Amino acid sequence: MASDRHHRLSAVSAVPALHVHQVTVRFGDATVLEDVSFDLPAGAFLAIVGPNGAGKSTLVKVALGLVVPQRGHAALFGEPAGDHAERVGYVPQLKTFDRTFPATALELVVTGLRRSWPARVRPAEAERARAALERVGAAELATRPLARLSGGELQRAYLARALVRRPELVLLDEPATGVDFLAEHDLYDLLERYQADSGATVAMVTHDLAAARYHADMVLVLNRRLHGYGTPDVVMCEECLQAAFGHKHHGHALSL
Amino acid sequence: MSILDALAFPFFQRALVAGLAIAVMAGLLGVFVVQRRLSFLGDGLAHAAFGGMGIGAFVIVSSGLVGSRLGLFTQPLWFALPFSMVAALVIAWLRRGTRLSSDTAIGVAFAVSVALGVMFFSLIPPDMNLGVSAMDLLFGSILGVRGGDLWLILGVALGSSLVLLLLWGRLGYATFDDELARADGVRTDRLELLLFLLAAVIIAVSASVVGVILMAAYLVIPAAAARLLARTLAQMTVVSVLMGVVSTLAGLALSFYLDVPSGSTIVLTQAALFVPAALFGRR
Repeated sequence: MASDRHHRLSAVSAVPALHVHQVTVRFGDATVLEDVSFDLPAGAFLAIVGPNGAGKSTLVKVALGLVVPQRGHAALFGEPAGDHAERVGYVPQLKTFDRTFPATALELVVTGLRRSWPARVRPAEAERARAALERVGAAELATRPLARLSGGELQRAYLARALVRRPELVLLDEPATGVDFLAEHDLYDLLERYQADSGATVAMVTHDLAAARYHADMVLVLNRRLHGYGTPDVVMCEECLQAAFGHKHHGHALSL
Repeated sequence: MSILDALAFPFFQRALVAGLAIAVMAGLLGVFVVQRRLSFLGDGLAHAAFGGMGIGAFVIVSSGLVGSRLGLFTQPLWFALPFSMVAALVIAWLRRGTRLSSDTAIGVAFAVSVALGVMFFSLIPPDMNLGVSAMDLLFGSILGVRGGDLWLILGVALGSSLVLLLLWGRLGYATFDDELARADGVRTDRLELLLFLLAAVIIAVSASVVGVILMAAYLVIPAAAARLLARTLAQMTVVSVLMGVVSTLAGLALSFYLDVPSGSTIVLTQAALFVPAALFGRR
C-alpha cells in the first residue's frame, strides 16, 4: 500500500508540507525535544514512533503552533506554524475529551467548519457535516450525544471533524489509543482513501510499529532527538528502534 | 395583601427587576463556570467582593466621605469591584502560571479576602451608619435594593450578557477543548482572562444584593440543573437562564407569602428545581 505512493511523492511540490528546523523544546528543566530537523514532503503518510515521553505529541503541537520552541522553528507549506489553521485537520488524543460536555457528534463536526461552538447548526453546515460523518462511516452518529459514543465512534467523529474542512495536512495524535483492532484498521483505511482522493499529507503519532511499517511511506523515530527518518524499510531496522526505545525485540513489527 | 398589591411597592419592583437581571447574567455565566469545573469560583469571587467591601467601607469612614455628596465614592461596592477583578486576575495567573489547581488558587484568594473583610469591618466604629452592614453583605437584602444599585445592576447585566452572548461560540469551543480551540486560532488565554474578569464584575455587583454566601448558588444551581436536562450547550444556556428567572419569580413570591428571607427562598426554589432535574434528567 505504502509503496504505491512512493511514486506519487516524487512528483509533488518542492515546498514541504511540514518543515521542522533544529527544534528544541524545554518544559522547565526537562528537554522534551532536542535539535529535531526534518522535511515532510507534501502527499506523504508519516508515522511518528517512539517510546512514552519521547516528545511525539509535543512535536505535533509544535507543528500546530500550540507549543513555541525555545530554539528552531516549524513551518507548514512554507508559512510559520499556526498561521493557517484552516489548512490543517487535527485529531487529538481521545483521552483529553470531557464527557460531561453537552454536545452531539454533528456539533463537534461543525466546529471543524466554523472554528467556534455552534449555537444553531445552519442547514449548509449540517449537510457538509453529515457528508463528512458518512465518509467515515458514522452517518448514524450525527444526533447522538458525544458522551454516549464508544472509543471507536468518538474517533470517527473527531476524524470527520478534521476532514470536513478538506485539510491539506492531517495531524493525528495517537488516534488509535483505546480503540479495538478493527476500528484501528478502519482508521488507516479511511486516511488512505482521503489521501488518495485529496492528495493531502498525513502525519500520525502511533505506538503501533507494525501499522507504521505497513501503512506509512515515511517513518520518524523519535526519543527526544531524531533517531531515524526515512522510508520504513530503511528506518525501521533493529538498530534504529533499539537506539530510540532502549531495548531489543521489535522483530514482530519488522517481520511484516 | 396579595402579591399583586406587593408589586405596587417600589422596593418590591426594584427587588424583582434586580433579581431577574442577576438571574439572567448569572445563568449565562454559570454555564461556562459549571462546564469548566469552576463552581468554587463563585464562592471565591463573592468572598473577594466581601474583602473589597470591607476595605471600601473602612476607606469611606476613615476619609470622612460618609454622608458626603461625592456619590460614587460613598459606596463600598466601588472598592469591591476593582478588588474582585484583581482577585480574579490573581486566580487566573495562579491557574495558568503555576502548578496549583483551580480550587487551591481560589481557596487562597477566598481566605485572604475574608480575612481582609473581617479585619477592615472590625476597624469601623460600631455606631457608624454606612447604609450597609457586614451581615447584609453576607446574607443579602434583595428587598433593600436602592435606585442607584438597580441602575448599576441593570447596566452590568446588559453589558456582561451582551459580551457573553457575543463570545458564546468561542467560549463554548474553548470550554469543550482548550487545545482544539487554540489549534484553530482561538486565543483561549485571553478568553479565560475575560471570563474571569466578567465573573468578578457580575459576582461583586450581584453579591452586594443577594449576599456573599448565597451568590455561588445563583451561579451554579440553575446551570447544573440545566446540564442535567440539556442535550446541547445552546439548550443548557437557555434552560440555565430560564431556571434562574423562574426560581427568582417563584422565590420572591414564596418569600412574600411565607414571610421569610427572600435570598434564601430563591436559592431553595432553585434547589427545588434541581432535585427533579437530578432525579429524572439525562444520565
